[in-house]
Amino acid sequence: MTTRKPSSRLTDTLKGRLQARGIDLTTSTAAGEESLVVSRRGFLRLSGYGGGSLVLGCYLPLSGTPEVNAAPAVDAVELNTFISLAKDGTITIYSPGPEMGQGVKTSLPMIVAEEMCADWSSVRTEAAPVEERFGRQSSGGSTNIWRHFQAMRIVGATTREMLLAAAAERMKLPRTELRAEQGRILHSSGRSIAFAELVGPELERQPVPSPETLTFKDPSTYTLLGTRVGQTDNADIVQGRPLFGIDQQVPGMLYGTFVKCAVLGGKVVSANLEEVRRAPGVKDAFVVRGTGNPSELSDGIAIVGSSTWAVLEARKKLQVQWDESEASRDSWQAFQEQADRVSRETGETPVADSGDVEGAFAHPDHRVADAFYQYGFVSHLCLEPQNCTADYRHGTGGQADSLELWIPSQIPGRARQYAQSLFGLNPEDVTIHQLRMGGGFGRRTSYEYANEAIAMSRQVGAPVKNLWTRTDDIQHDYFRAAGAQRLRAALDAEGRLVAWQNHFVGVSNRGKVVPGSVLQPSEFPMLNLNHARASQTALEIATPCSYWRAPGANVNGFVVQSFLHELSVLAGRDHLEFLLEIMGEPRYLGAPNQWSLHTGRASAVIRLAAERGGWGGTVPDGEGLGLAFHFSHAAYVAELAHVGVDEAGKVKVHKVTAAVDVGPVINLSGAEGQVEGAIIDGISAMMGQKITMEGGRIAQTNLHEYPVLRMPHAPVVEAHFIQSDTAPSGLGEPALPPVAPAICNAIFTVTGKRVRTLPIADAGFAFA
Amino acid sequence: MASHSLEVNGVVHHVEADQNEPLLWILRDAIGLVGAKYGCGIGQCGACTVQLNGHPVRSCSLPVSAVAGQKITTIEGLSDGDDLHILQKLWVEFDVPQCGYCQAGQLMSAAALLETNPDPSDEEIDAYMAGNFCRCGTYNRIRKAIRTAAEMKNSPAVTVADSGALPLAGVPQERA
Repeated sequence: MTTRKPSSRLTDTLKGRLQARGIDLTTSTAAGEESLVVSRRGFLRLSGYGGGSLVLGCYLPLSGTPEVNAAPAVDAVELNTFISLAKDGTITIYSPGPEMGQGVKTSLPMIVAEEMCADWSSVRTEAAPVEERFGRQSSGGSTNIWRHFQAMRIVGATTREMLLAAAAERMKLPRTELRAEQGRILHSSGRSIAFAELVGPELERQPVPSPETLTFKDPSTYTLLGTRVGQTDNADIVQGRPLFGIDQQVPGMLYGTFVKCAVLGGKVVSANLEEVRRAPGVKDAFVVRGTGNPSELSDGIAIVGSSTWAVLEARKKLQVQWDESEASRDSWQAFQEQADRVSRETGETPVADSGDVEGAFAHPDHRVADAFYQYGFVSHLCLEPQNCTADYRHGTGGQADSLELWIPSQIPGRARQYAQSLFGLNPEDVTIHQLRMGGGFGRRTSYEYANEAIAMSRQVGAPVKNLWTRTDDIQHDYFRAAGAQRLRAALDAEGRLVAWQNHFVGVSNRGKVVPGSVLQPSEFPMLNLNHARASQTALEIATPCSYWRAPGANVNGFVVQSFLHELSVLAGRDHLEFLLEIMGEPRYLGAPNQWSLHTGRASAVIRLAAERGGWGGTVPDGEGLGLAFHFSHAAYVAELAHVGVDEAGKVKVHKVTAAVDVGPVINLSGAEGQVEGAIIDGISAMMGQKITMEGGRIAQTNLHEYPVLRMPHAPVVEAHFIQSDTAPSGLGEPALPPVAPAICNAIFTVTGKRVRTLPIADAGFAFA
Repeated sequence: MASHSLEVNGVVHHVEADQNEPLLWILRDAIGLVGAKYGCGIGQCGACTVQLNGHPVRSCSLPVSAVAGQKITTIEGLSDGDDLHILQKLWVEFDVPQCGYCQAGQLMSAAALLETNPDPSDEEIDAYMAGNFCRCGTYNRIRKAIRTAAEMKNSPAVTVADSGALPLAGVPQERA
């Protein structure tokens, strides 16, 4: 894990910000401005939480971030977590990362519990309150594990040390003769005391140890990390308890639906609001003006009433005249044709240029291969549609207006910014509750559904739950960007890959390249080769695109790993051996950190997937094996797919064997689940999922027009982990990118047909 | 609007509602049982599955007038008080949920399956459960949990450990 220390010139700013957040650093500040920087690595006591129990929080400098646009430096200090010890023995550990099924509400607290030697059965986990002083509370980019690992260890080790000191005082024994184990402090004499018995003034009195003095457990002595631990919300989930945004019920709450133009960017001219207001159960219907940015708020009609059904029925009566003069005119057909045409030229933006690519292609002994790959728009399809409950309270007697939000969001705190910029509220008058999300996959990073709810609540003067229909959710999604890549590569006389060229055609919205529609200069295998050249072009469209599980990687993995297989076939070489040769000697490609591909770790997972998946073995007629590897999110994943294909193009994925290196595994059950889930998600998307549009209108409306993988098509998935001695990294996304190319490579092995299109339904394939 | 009497989890509720209002919204908005979820509204995803006289139905597409006077069981009524249904226990034991949003519907279908077919094959499980979409892809764990429940019901000597499914709190894998 890399850490970035805040520079001392920021000290005054930071101090002011921390004081503004009500944080008193005096308990751990030694002296002077410089030491303030150091002290922020320490602990502080928190008041206002836990009611009589000891509550501790931990500050750490913000970890290094893989994003191109790093977080602003003034946010470089974060209260990463906190913990509460109650007198009844309950240990409550607050998880900073919003939970969307990736398991962070369990895995992050596990790290704390391991270091403090707690008995996991006495641990409760909770989502941390959404407050500015708790710093970054976001889930995305598979970042929570690496971002918070060290902070979680420090919280655990600090708490353990304080418990040991308190026990030494109570037992009148030297601290050095005591040890912590499974929720108790033990002495060699056999005497022991439970953590719970130590909660009280003795513990409160203990000085908070400096992080530099802490010792951490040797991983070989871990009893919790690396084991299979069930999610802490499981019992509530299986009993149908109200965990999700859509489940929230607030006294006096009304229900809302928000109707936007089916053509993105359409504005309201007029609507039969009087008629809609007369519909049974409707309290109000009104026009809401948008900001022009669909991720903030679009023009639409809000209908608020006494039940979900009342507003959905009233919606059927709604007639709106839309002004579509400035609305989207996007066409899937035209996009495809443009991408094909543009890709034949050199791209508008250079990405990489090393060696002599032209010379390598022109060399008389070299064989050159060309290929054109393309992929469509994909929807997130979170099973819980976008929703938010807002309670906007108009201030009386000179008081400012205030707002309470129940928002299922991957970055819930950011809703505060919009409450301020769009509704003029003071940030301190906004209370935000983060809720378990019914799937995220990158979708829940915009705020229009929250802003619609706020606009409704402000208008009607009551709490309102704004719920999107499935059709709203599909048609107003931020899609995985479609695109195309035109590649050329050269093999030398020995069949070795020597040169690579790519023109990546992606997408921009409002003049900005969208997330995940970017080719990086470090994209494999360009740094492995002496001759590599790449460029990219962004096609401007109105259809909004953004993060979709493993952004960028989910298309680049398909293109690169499929084309490499094509080249190994052209060279007449074994795919496994060809891939390992490209990796070459163990080394970092780029700076020696976790964001650079290490060829040794890559080769190790490729070999392991091949070995465990039976590479080189025989399979029945009509079946084949396909291999692929992809490095993303600091994770190394190789997958081997065992696939059957019949003459009609019916595909049966029998089994996918995955080999994964994310460093030490935190929760084995969660890790296996994420690998399995990402693979199944990847198969679901690659088979038949495609969003299309004509005249700016999205064609798909619901599940009957957007096929999803169901149980009969779920392959057996085997996950094998290589637990390299590195910092652990996250696993929500990186197992997805290799599965599409692994399956397409297997399809080629069986049929001789090369699939260069996603979804593969467009190439004539379907589930058996 | 008309008055409807519904027997939900053994309790009779009288609700005023449009006769076409789907059972799902009556359960969620009027009665306050939010375990059944809205996913698609057209009976395609299965998140809203409840049991009507023991059979799984999509409550998003079932008008309230069609279910009056019949026995409705929701996820909140699957357990026997605090004693969880065997499937609920195994769902927890095998750490089935990821986001968890579809799981109430999955459980209501799975429980109905075991009532009608106490010893289903994997193919029968797949076919019966095909109407329940899981966006997170937890299908293999769902299948294992159903199979294990069937084995445990049919042979009281069978335990979770015999199922071949991976138990929780296992031993860490070897480190490289």
